[in-house]
Order: sequence, then structure tokens, then C-alpha cells
Amino acid sequence: MGQAGGEYGVRILTGNDLKTGDVIWWAGEGWSRHLAEAVDAGHDAESILAREEAERRVNAGYVVEAEATDAGPMPLHIKDRIRASGPTVRTDLAINTSIPIIKA
Amino acid sequence: MYRYDSYDQAIVDARVEEFRDQARRRIAGELTEDQFKPLRLTNGLYLQLHAYMLRVAIPYGTLSGRQMHMLAHIARKYDRDYGHFTTRQNIQYNWIKLEDAADILADLASVEMHAIQTSGNCIRNISSDQYAGVSADEVADPRPWAELLRQWSSFHPEFSYLPRKFKIAVIASQEDRAAMKLHDIGIELVKRDGVVGAKVFVGGGMGRTPMVAPEIKDFVTEDELISYVEACLRVYNRYGRRDNKYKARIKILVHELGADEYRRQVEEEFAHMKTLSIDPPVAELARIRAHFADPAYQAGISDDIDLSYPDFAVWVRQNVAAHKQPGYAIATISLKPAGGIPGDASADQIDLMADLAAQYSMDELRVTHAQNIVLPYVKKADLYTLWQKLDAAGLASANLDLISDIIACPGLDYCSLANARSIPVAQKISERFADLDRQRDLGEVKLKISGCINACGHHHAGHIGILGVDRKGTENYQLLFGGSGAEDASLAKIVGPGFDEDGIVDAVEKATDVYKSLRQEGERFLDTYRRVGMEPFKEAIYG
Amino acid sequence: MVDFLSFRDGETATQEPTVTLESFQGQSNATAVRIEPGEDARELIPFLDRISLVEVNFPAFGDGRGYSAARILREAGYEGELRAVGDVLVDQLVAMRRCGFDSFVPDAPFDADVVKASLERYEHVYQKTVDGREPVWALRHG
Repeated sequence: MGQAGGEYGVRILTGNDLKTGDVIWWAGEGWSRHLAEAVDAGHDAESILAREEAERRVNAGYVVEAEATDAGPMPLHIKDRIRASGPTVRTDLAINTSIPIIKA
Repeated sequence: MYRYDSYDQAIVDARVEEFRDQARRRIAGELTEDQFKPLRLTNGLYLQLHAYMLRVAIPYGTLSGRQMHMLAHIARKYDRDYGHFTTRQNIQYNWIKLEDAADILADLASVEMHAIQTSGNCIRNISSDQYAGVSADEVADPRPWAELLRQWSSFHPEFSYLPRKFKIAVIASQEDRAAMKLHDIGIELVKRDGVVGAKVFVGGGMGRTPMVAPEIKDFVTEDELISYVEACLRVYNRYGRRDNKYKARIKILVHELGADEYRRQVEEEFAHMKTLSIDPPVAELARIRAHFADPAYQAGISDDIDLSYPDFAVWVRQNVAAHKQPGYAIATISLKPAGGIPGDASADQIDLMADLAAQYSMDELRVTHAQNIVLPYVKKADLYTLWQKLDAAGLASANLDLISDIIACPGLDYCSLANARSIPVAQKISERFADLDRQRDLGEVKLKISGCINACGHHHAGHIGILGVDRKGTENYQLLFGGSGAEDASLAKIVGPGFDEDGIVDAVEKATDVYKSLRQEGERFLDTYRRVGMEPFKEAIYG
Repeated sequence: MVDFLSFRDGETATQEPTVTLESFQGQSNATAVRIEPGEDARELIPFLDRISLVEVNFPAFGDGRGYSAARILREAGYEGELRAVGDVLVDQLVAMRRCGFDSFVPDAPFDADVVKASLERYEHVYQKTVDGREPVWALRHG
């Protein structure tokens, strides 16, 4: 993880559960549905992804550039923040409405 | 409407089992995602921003109450209690599981529905006019031709791996209610010496390089239609660009060859195709046409509507169109309530619309490319009761073709291809203009929003178009004016520098103010824009 | 797993190596030719009676030009072996058969069970093409 205050970017992994389609985040020992549990995969990002895809523990995975924050890693791109939280127009379907969509 | 015979049913059932096995092989690891992707796409299953998304075909936008009930059932059983009606007359479900997909397709097949070729580089759902069969201005019902093409295009072995997607629309009136000229192939049925034939346009489309399709063939008779479209497709399959995904549609081929050369190559191939006896006999189109015969209209019923209740009168004037049969009317159910998500309907609303169709519309509904629902066979005497029931369910917005009748793609809220969200912009605009009197004063304004250049929101064809872009990681919106998907097809032009979400709403409002200040008698927004040009609008918006 | 699949009766695979389309046009004694996606199969039409094998290459399974090439050759009366080679997937087998291919050398071998299931799955077809199968509209109207 980067230093507190987000001075360093982190590289987190996301993808979908093959069978259910759920959005998942690499949490170090497995995949989680919660962005807050995502870990910095750093230089190993691509090799972890390849291994996990080959074992079908993730589908259509990719690396997300994020910044480390007190609330956990926060994707830099709005698309991935929406991915992590859910459709902004249906907060009743959201996984997590505390993720800021627009960067401050 | 068309009903499957045992052959149609057997084919759809086989397709379900084929996909069931393909999904099983994917889950078991016998297929990689790269190998599986085209297979799931040709069954309408995308992997989207939040989950798998399933796009179910509603052929030429026509469905029965029973089928509509099934769409509600799928939303409840497999998804999150709602569906989204699209600009190609299909329905999308956003929260599908791969492990359920085959069962969903089996449920659909049980009511003669499917998700065949609703995605992928193949021939997609054939779309048509939502007033087909009930409008006085049509030469013939276009839907039998659309059904003939649907069967011809389903699992066509030569055209399963085209350079890119291929969209066909069929209309049969001079008024184009289906944006026909903005399709890869657009067909207008016309009459020559008493014979109905197809005028064929090829090479329209939106996306990165929007184009209005040129006319390629002035008249093809029904006994040669299949040979002709095969020729059009074969030339495309052989010579369409495959080096660049953004240059792979047939519009690019037609543009680069020139319409004359493309026409020449098609004629050559058409002459060859005609020697192969691949056209169905005319008896086949006649067989299909019999399914679309006029229903048993009641004769001698009242052709009057009691407009004494003001809110009902407003709805009739805006959302009800003239029917070819005396005593009947065509009613549009708006899926665009102020502040709502354009095209979305809850499972309960879908069930209600199905019930209303059964009770008031001879059990038939239509989906429009503007993401609304039409009841095509309503007795005028039933309109008031129908309206009351729609009103109670939030489905009676009297805004057909008004500024709040917005076409919007799902955008970045749902779509991994998008650059910006489109739905919040639609919501803010419809809220800004919520006053119905204000909307009616503005009159017809076709406002269309796309969240990216793929243009699923048809922004190029908007009188007012909005395109979401990514500006250094922030959502930004370009404003366009002057597009039209009707018979006077034109492509919208960008007004100037883009806006943020609040800015675009203000800009739209300023544009409508300019229109009101400059309009002449009888002019819609589009007409005034075409007459006065961009300058007055630009000045007001950018100051 | 199946490396080579043929639907031709009783023949063994043609052993003669294929020549490119360009070379073929210069050689009077070649009987096996290979065509690439961007090449025009119609250039072979004057020579069909002396060709025993046409290989159609699929460098990428998503490039569907070979399907047109195959069908064009059969429409022209070609009766020799028509082989799909390269990035050919078992799920494409039926469409390829319908376009006239009668042998297959896929880069990645086919699963024999999937081959069998695929071939048996669709009893009916909607289009008339070169495979001799009666389309549904012919069955409907006798």
C-alpha cells in the first residue's frame, strides 16, 4: 500500500466472477466484492491476474490505477469508481454508496 | 403477429441447448473468454460494468401480452425487478448471471422469444415502425418483410463473422418513424404499378462517423429480396474493412467505394445470386403475411373521444395517434416520467402494460426506438379508462416527442464503453422542463443523449443531441443541433466547447429560449434552427 | 481430440502441399492451393476441374471472409476438397459445413464429443446454401 495520504499510486485488480458476473477486487488471498478490501498488487499485478484468470477465479480482469486513501484504495478513473459503487442513478442497487464518484 | 411453427420452435430450442452447452464449457474452462465471447454475444450476453447484461430481441418491436409478462417474470426471477427498453426495440437486463443465462433463454423460448444475434458482428434485430399495421399512411405492413429477413438472417452461415455489427430497418411509409436511413440497410416499401417492393438504402449509421444511407436500389420485388440482401452482405463480408474496428461498418465501405461502385458490385453479385434459387417462394411471404392480417375490428363504434377532463385531453392530444380503423386509436405509453430513467420499466409496470394490452389492445404492444411502448389497437371509447390506469402507475406522462421524451443510452452508470453518464443529464433536463405547459409550448423537440461516441443514444439524430466525453478524466458534454432520424434525415452539428453536467442543462434551456424568440408560425425547434443557423444559438449559449 | 476432420467419403487427406494463389496461377501442374482472407476465390474458377484441394486460411477466427470464399467456390461447381485451416473453432463447424467446407485442420484440436453434439444439434436451417440441406421454407411449401 502507498503511504497514508495517498502520495503513491497503487495498482489494484478487478474483474468479474465468471458464473455470477459480480464485480470483484483482488484482496490478497482471494477476491472480494468490496473495493475497501482491495490490495495493492504492485509489480505482480499482471502475473496475479494471469494466474487467477487461468484458474477461472476471475473473468475479464484488468489492472486499475488507484490512490491509497484512509478509506482504502480509490480508483483514479470515474468508470472504476462507478464500477465499485453501482449505478449512481439507482442507489438502491448500489454495493457501496460511500465511494465518491466525482473526485474532490 | 407472427407465431412460430414447429420449425421455428425447434430452431430456437436447439439454440438454447447449444448455448447451455457453450456456457457449461466456459465455466468448466474448456473455452477461454476470447473463444466464448463471440458465442455469448450472438446470444445477447454482454459483460458490462457491473455484471452480465442480457439483451433480449423483440423482433421489429412487436410483442404480445403473454410475452410482455415473461419479460416481467425474467426481471423478477433473474434480475433486479426492472428492464430497460432500447433504441433498437429490444429489452436489456443489467444483472444477469452466466449460470442462469441458458434457463432464461429457455423461458424466453417457451413464449417464442430469444436473444439471438442481439450482439456480435452479425445481423442484429430487424427494426420497424412502431405504427406498422395500424397507420393509414403505410403502403403495406412492413413487418412480414421484417420477419422474412429475421428468419433469413438467423444463423446465416456466411455472415456470422462480419467485419462489424449489421442493423436493418424496414418501414413502409414516407414518414420515417424508425430512423431507417441511419441503418446499415434501410428498406422502404413502395408501390410501383400496384406491386409492393423494396427501395433499399445501404450505408447509414451513427457512431464515430455518422452517415445517412444513400439509395442503392430503387425497387426489389419480394421474390428477389433475399438474393438482393445476400448480395449486399456478401460484398460487405468480403470487402468491409477489418483493419480498424472504427472503420469496419458498411457505411465506411459504401463511402470509400462510393455509392455507384458499391451498387455496381452488388448488382454483379445479385445477378449471380439469382441463379442459385435461394429466394423463398412468394408463398412463404404470403404465409408470414397471414399472421399480420387485420384483427377483428369492431365496426360501427364511436369515433369520438370525450375530452372534457383536461389532463386526459392533454394526454390524448400528445400521446394518441390516428388509427387507420375508425373507432380506434394508437396510444403511446411514455417511459419518460420527469426525473425518471428513460426507457426503464419496473417488473410491476411491465406486467401492468401486459394486462392493459390484453384488455385494451388486442393483446399486442410495440416497443419504439424512442424507448416508449405503444398500444396499437385501442378503442377510442376505452382511452379514458386506459389513461386512468396508466396515470395511477406513473405511465401517463403526456410528453411524446416533447423535450422530456428523451432518448438516452444507459451511459457510464451501466456501460463499460461509456465516457460519461447520460441518465443523470436526462433526469436533470426532464426535471428542468417538467412543466408540461412549457413543454407543449416548445413543441416537438427530439433530444437524444449518448454517453460515448458509439452513439447508442442516437445523438447524431437529435434535434438537440448531447454527447458525453471524457475530458481529462472528468465527464464533459458536447451539445449538437440539427439532427433528424426522420425522412428528412440529417446529422447534428456540434455547437461549440463542451459543458459540465449543470452547464449542459443550462445550455439546452438557453437554446430553447433562442428558439422561442426566433420561431415563426408552425416551426418546430428543428425548423427554426435549419432556417436561422447555428449563430444565434451559439451567441446566446456562449455569450 | 481431433486434429484433422474430414467429411469426404473414403478419401485420405490430400498429401500434396498447397501453393499460394499467386503461385498457383503461374504453375500449370499444381492441384492444391491455399487462399488467404483478402484473396479472391473467384480467381480459381477457371481452374476448378484441375484442383483437388483448396485450403482456406483463417488466421483469426473472427475474420469471416473465408466463409464467402468457400460458398463462392461451391456455387461455381467446385467438388474437390475444401478445407478450413488455422484458427478454426469447433463452434464454427456447422456454419463452415453449411458454406461448403468438408475438411478441417484446426490449430487447436477439436473435442470429439463437441463435434458430434454440434453436428446433431440443428435439424432445421433457415437459408438455402451450398450444403444441399432443404431450408425450412422449402419444407413448408413442398
